[in-house]
Amino acid sequence: MNRKLILSILIITVIVLPLIGEEMNSQITSELTSKLEAIETVKVGMDTLWVMIAAFLVFFMNLGFAMVESGLCRAKNTVNILAKNFIVFAIASISFWIIGFGLMFGDGNLFAGLKGLFFVKGADNSPAVADAYSGVYSALNWTGVPLFAKFFFQLVFAGTAATIVSGAVAERIKFHAFIIFAAVLVGIMYPITGHWIWGGGWLARLGFFDFAGSTVVHSVGGWAALAGVILLGARSGKYSTDGTPKPIMGHNMSMVTLGGLVLWFGWFGFNPGSTMSVGDGSVIAHVAVTTNTAAAASIISATVSSWIFQKKPDLSMIINGALAGLVAITAPCAFVSVGSAAIIGLIAGFFAVIAVFTWDKLKIDDPVGALSVHLVNGIFGTLAIGLFAEDGITGTATGNGLFFGGGLKLLGIQALGTGAVAVFTFAGAFILWLILKIIIGIRVSKDEELKGLDLGEHGGEAYSGFQILN
Amino acid sequence: MKLIVALIQPHKLEDVKKALYDAEVYKMTVSTASGCGQQKGYTETYRGTISEINLLKKTRLEIAVNEDFVEPTIEAIIKGAKTGKIGDGKIFVMDLAECIRIRTGERGKKAIG
Repeated sequence: MNRKLILSILIITVIVLPLIGEEMNSQITSELTSKLEAIETVKVGMDTLWVMIAAFLVFFMNLGFAMVESGLCRAKNTVNILAKNFIVFAIASISFWIIGFGLMFGDGNLFAGLKGLFFVKGADNSPAVADAYSGVYSALNWTGVPLFAKFFFQLVFAGTAATIVSGAVAERIKFHAFIIFAAVLVGIMYPITGHWIWGGGWLARLGFFDFAGSTVVHSVGGWAALAGVILLGARSGKYSTDGTPKPIMGHNMSMVTLGGLVLWFGWFGFNPGSTMSVGDGSVIAHVAVTTNTAAAASIISATVSSWIFQKKPDLSMIINGALAGLVAITAPCAFVSVGSAAIIGLIAGFFAVIAVFTWDKLKIDDPVGALSVHLVNGIFGTLAIGLFAEDGITGTATGNGLFFGGGLKLLGIQALGTGAVAVFTFAGAFILWLILKIIIGIRVSKDEELKGLDLGEHGGEAYSGFQILN
Repeated sequence: MKLIVALIQPHKLEDVKKALYDAEVYKMTVSTASGCGQQKGYTETYRGTISEINLLKKTRLEIAVNEDFVEPTIEAIIKGAKTGKIGDGKIFVMDLAECIRIRTGERGKKAIG
């Protein structure tokens, strides 16, 4: 009896248990799979949330630019500057959607995107990443967020480049000439150099680095602005007959200060957001601290420089200093240590102040300091990677910069990229401004300039009922 | 003693100040003014509605001078403010009964100079 019992138990054990086990195994496997899928969904959701919040912060920078630029110009041109700043993001949104995004991130050759060119309509299985990705925007397959998150994030950057131009050409540009220029800049020129660097083009292949756009966004905006400023000429009254520059005071420094703080705040989307994923959060934190440290150091050095050269610390220089540090750290923020960020900031603030004096002497009239902030420090920030980069400091293999034993290789590539973007953008912008100048004219009449562009271009005033001595 | 009052285009103020400075006239009072003359004003639009603005922005200068400075001051203002177009402005010259420097109590020509 006992034997039979034991035997039957054994048989049951041998035959049945594995069956049960298998059933349990497959249960566990399917449970695990569904949990992993849920985690994956949450990860995509978190990354998307971060990218979108960062993009909204960068959008908020439109406010900062509008305040800084209008405050630094005269009361009689306020409506015009605000109108320019408002419409420029609308123009950018439409032209980047129509063709800009495809040209920048579509698969193509080393110089421009060719697939999925129009209306962000290319094949795409985002948020799949790396090898799992199949579609035409493979330059962005490193980030696991939906296609429109990628598009929106890139759009707000493209808008920023056009806004930079607005400030430098202020107080004398024709409204419609600026609108046409902004549309072509965001639709064609910005995406082409952007493709070289962020779209898998020739500079990306060479190992050129620009984390959040010192070159891609800021110096591109700066070069486009410089071409415009040269063709426009200085505002009337900027230079006395013997050629010495005269100050043309901004009319609202409270506005400029608020705008400066808004831009500083927005930069926490611009730089930390360029991670385009959350990961363990360490890169975001690192970039936030390098960004803020550079801004702080740059404010201090701009203040001291202004104190030395102008006898008293000029508020507009202090604010330009903040922006200069932010622009300079935009390219290297993920590739350098916090200490290096402080040094980059100190140099940037000094450069900003010196550059303002230098442009004035060269008769390059830039009412808001856009060239000193975005062009000069966009170039400096890009080159700073070649000097201060520490290989893999946040996981990216950049190689070391000159000051960390990496020799001149990285600096050389950075300089090459900076130069190539300079030549392309300056030449392209110059030709475009020139065509506009010949066909429709880019500068308002002297009479209109003296009365103010608010009345001339828009037929209305910003401060109706106020008495303004100018 | 004369009081010279000039109404000029606001954007010519810098040129007028420079011309006065060159003529060694260093003292003046400047204020904003609204006024209308031959220019007849302009129209502004606000949210689709057109409004006639016939009081234009002008800048008003007041300069008290001794007799021998009257002509140089007038010439300097004209030199700085003239464009040849309607709206350049006007200069009024009137007798000044008395002038007192508050700090010292000086009166007359001394107080002006």
